[in-house]
Formats: sequence, C-alpha cells, structure tokens
Amino acid sequence: MDSILASSSTIDSVKHFINVACEPHWFLIISVAAFFIFLIGYRTWTKPAVAATVGALATLFFLVSCMDANFAKIVTKADNVPIVIMMVSVSFLLWLGFRQAAINDERMEKGEPLLEAGADDKVLVWPDLVYSELIALVLCTALLIAWAILLRAPLEQPADPNVAPNPAKAPWYFLGLQEMLVYFDPWLAGVVLPGLIIVGLIAIPYIDKNPRGNGYYTFKERKFAITTFLFGFVILWVVLIIFGTFLRGPNWNFFGPYEYWDHNRPAALLNTEFHDLFWINFWGVPLPKHYLMRELPGIILLGAYFVLSPFIMKATFFRKIYRDIGFMRYSMLCVLVLFMVLMPIKMVLRWTLNLHYVVGITEWFLNV
Amino acid sequence: MINQFGNWIRESQIWGSIFRHGVPRDRRTRAMAILSNVFLHLHPVAVRKSGIRLSFTWCMGGITFFLFLVEIVTGVLLMFYYRPTVEYAYFDIQGLRAHVTLGLLRELHRWGAHAMVITIWLHMLRVFLTGSYKPPREFNWSVGVILLVLTLLLSFTGYLLPWDQLAMWAITVGSNMARATPGAGSEGPLSAFIQIGGVPLVHAGDDARFGLLAGTFVGPNALLRFYVLHCVFIPCVVTVLLAVHFWRIRKDGGVSGPL
Repeated sequence: MDSILASSSTIDSVKHFINVACEPHWFLIISVAAFFIFLIGYRTWTKPAVAATVGALATLFFLVSCMDANFAKIVTKADNVPIVIMMVSVSFLLWLGFRQAAINDERMEKGEPLLEAGADDKVLVWPDLVYSELIALVLCTALLIAWAILLRAPLEQPADPNVAPNPAKAPWYFLGLQEMLVYFDPWLAGVVLPGLIIVGLIAIPYIDKNPRGNGYYTFKERKFAITTFLFGFVILWVVLIIFGTFLRGPNWNFFGPYEYWDHNRPAALLNTEFHDLFWINFWGVPLPKHYLMRELPGIILLGAYFVLSPFIMKATFFRKIYRDIGFMRYSMLCVLVLFMVLMPIKMVLRWTLNLHYVVGITEWFLNV
Repeated sequence: MINQFGNWIRESQIWGSIFRHGVPRDRRTRAMAILSNVFLHLHPVAVRKSGIRLSFTWCMGGITFFLFLVEIVTGVLLMFYYRPTVEYAYFDIQGLRAHVTLGLLRELHRWGAHAMVITIWLHMLRVFLTGSYKPPREFNWSVGVILLVLTLLLSFTGYLLPWDQLAMWAITVGSNMARATPGAGSEGPLSAFIQIGGVPLVHAGDDARFGLLAGTFVGPNALLRFYVLHCVFIPCVVTVLLAVHFWRIRKDGGVSGPL
C-alpha cells in the first residue's frame, strides 16, 4: 500500500534504481568495473581531496539510507556491525596503501628516493617501538571496551534442531564460500575451491618471481600481481561477504538494500542447463541418450577454457610473464587464476541466462 | 624524594635479580632491555625508521596478536562460567548476562574475535601491497596463511558454543560442506566406489562430517568437540606457529623495507 502511494516520489525511484543496481549480476559487474576504474586511475583517485570527497559521499549515502527502515534493520543488526567496520577499514587502508604507491611510483619516475628510503637509519626498539606498541595497546583496549559496552553480544533463541531459520547463514567470514555453493556442486564449492584458495595464497611467493616492489608500496612495478590478488580479496571475498550479509534473504533469494525480506517469495527456479541450450534451443534436436554425449559440448567448452586459454594467453598478453616465470610456475598460475575467474563468469551466466550447470553429470557429481 | 625511592628500589637485590641491566637511558642499556627480556626479545634491537611508521605497517599484525591475547584472557575467564553440555550451555551464557558483575566478558570475546578476523586480513593486505612476502620472507608468508586459516577455524568453532539458533544453524551450514568431500564425505564424488562387496565404507555414520561433528547432526558431541578444539587444541597450534612467525620476522631481517 505504502509503496503504491509513494511510488511517484523521487526518493522511491532512487531506491528502486539502487535496488536494481544491487541485483546480483549488476552488483558484480558494477563492483568489477569500479575496481578496474580505481586501479587504472589510482593516481587520481588516491589524491586526498578526491578520496575525501568519495568517502564523504559514501558516508552521506550510508546515513541517508539508514532512514530507510529495511536498510537500517539489516545494517544495525549487532552481528553485522563488524562487517560495516570491515567495509570502512578495507576502503580506508586500500586508499592509504595506494596513496603511498602513487607517491612512490611518481618519485621513481623522477628518480627521487622512495617514502621508505633511508633503510640504514636505524632507531632503537627501546624506546621508539615499545612505546608506540604500548600506545596502540592502550588505544585498542579502550576501543574494544567501548565497543563491548555500546553493543551487547546477541543471543538468539536456544538451539532447536527442529526449527531451521530462513535464511540459515554460515558465519559471516565464510559467506563468500556459501555464495559459491549456489554456483557449483558442493564438493567443488565447499572443499576443492577453498582448498585452492589456501594453496594459492601459500603459493604466491613461489610463483611471483618479480624481484621489484619488495618492501615498499608500489603499483606500477607489480601491476599484474596486485590486480590479481586484489581481485580475489576485494571482489571475490569482501564484496561477496557484503553481498551475502546484506542482500541474501529468506530462501537464499536476493533482496535489494531497501527491500523487505519477504519470506513468501519462492526460491529461484533453475531450469536452464547448458546441454538444453546447445542441443534443444540451438540445434533443435532431442538430448542424446548417453550422458557423456549429452554433456560433450559443455565438456569441450570447459576443456577449452582450462586447456586452450593458457596457450592463448601465453601467446598474447602473458608473453612476458611466461618468459619470466617459466613453464611450471606458469601452469600453476593458470590453474589458480582460471579457477578464480570461473566464479564471476559463472555468476554472470547464472544471473543472466539462468544457467544451472555448464557440465551437469549428476552421476559423477561433476556439476560445474 | 621519589627519585630516592626509585633508586632504592632499583638498587635492591630483588630488582637486580629480575632486570640484569641498568635503567635504559643509553644505547647499551636500551639494547640490553630488549635482549635480556624473553617477551621483548621478539623484537630486534634496532629497526628501520621507515619500518615503524604507522602508515607503512598499519600496526595490523600487532593488533591481531593483541586481540589473540585478549581472546585468551577473556576466554579463560569465560571458561569459569560455561559448561559445554546441551543442558547448560545456553543458560550459562544467559546467566553470564544476568548474574555476573560487569559482565562484558562475552562482548569483549565476541567483538574481539570479529575484530581479529578483520585485522588479520588487513595485515595480509598490507604485507601483500608492500611485497613483503618476497624473498627471503616466502616461508613466513606461508606460516601466516596457515595462521589465517586457524584464526577462521578458531572463530568457527567458537561460533557454536553459545548454543543458540544462530550458532547451531551456522555450524550446520558450515559443516554440511564436509559431507561433499571427494572420497571422504558420504555425498561426495568417488565415495560410492569405496566399498567391499556392495557395502559402502563411506557413509553418513563415518564420513568427514561425522568426524567433525562426532555425530550425524550438530548435537551434544559436536558441542563438546568444538569446545575442546576451540579452547585447547587450536590455541596451542596457533601459539606454536606464532612463535615461528615472530621468530622468522627477526631472522628474515625484521620489518621489510627497500633492499
């Protein structure tokens, strides 16, 4: 009723616009676009005046949004406060890091010493370091006590195995993993891909042979490494946590930031398989009987993605990287990067074509 | 007067037996203050000036360690009030709120845990952006990644202990993934092939999820198991790895800087 009456007002159309922009595929596309726009223009974006303006606008947007009941309800939930803190601190520290990188890159171009130069001026740990540690310790204690006084730790109803909450969410720092469960078979999303994340992180220093950028902020000297890592950390980890916390509601449906979490909205139907698209929609023939034949186009597509693209990349924009790191490291890099990029590709396919699986051999649990 | 009293203390046998160096006023005694103290000697004696600039280090590793200590102190205190059984767990937490004077323990523990997860990520971000994982620090980066995983596991196992709806269902969602482990989960690939004479060896009663929960659902055994992992096992492993992590920082040349 309310929404019908107010639908003509500007505020409501803005809210509607933002709700639509937060729909999964738009949310992802806008985040990725913002990510690259930031990286390409990092010297401009990190200028204090520009960054302060962006920060102020974001804060203003947040405060005005809090006047909306649905938005305020989800943002001020006690357990979601840490996630708001995380958003602010990640943004601020990314700015701080890239600001110093921009200054260093400019200084290197002019042949001036780095911000971190003067490696030989050593100071004694007592008193210089121990005193700043003491100050940090006191400040953190005070902040934590203030936080604990202001915000009570939530306690819900006693555990009851017969009453499942809707939505049932994993702890917030695993929401990126829970989001992956939507797109891939559980053994991939819940076991193999998290394993690859850990292995991939450990492997970073052994794959990255670039000797430059060791011990100081720079972006120019390590563009590929920083872009890849930040894509994983910011987009596929932090952004998916924000997505899972604030925009995933009952029945694991998507809800815009100003939408009411309606428990009666049915779960999304997933009925488009790649084999249907290929055999029925494209060729107009019935599905082949044997499942290997049925899934052949998907297997070829996926095989090409994992086997052919390393060769194509090696011949084009990874030529220098391949020369620098050699065959073994390059193979490792490709496996990790291709698995990482598979996630956003699958997300966009899911949300635009309603694609369930590219390869769907349920008999073998091979659902990708 | 106060000076005299201070001198009297510093010249006493007790003081001298604890601190074997003079007042840290000159270069030599300041170095001794770090070297002769088991806690402070985690530091080198001298560090690069740029290496302790707040805008360079963000202090996030230190804050993560500080929060780990907060979690240990508040955690030990919480253990006095909490019994890890289905009958008592929830009501002990309620009692903590109702009956314990200045009952901020649980708040400090919970928000400290959330904060620790965030600060350890930010620490990793800083180490990455400054390229500090590069030689000779590759191995310490790997140790750090393991510590990150263990921090998440610490938080995950602690999530169950309040035994409320949030706890039980978050752990249900999280542990369901173990069911899909290839070859080790009852609903994972390859598991169906592991059988003797048609009898499956990997089933809901002995798979990876069962090992995690000590049952087929999140029940009393899971609560006890998570309690022990949370309070004893993982903190011990983290402590050992922290020692390695800090020791390696010193051995690899302290806080990183341009070569």
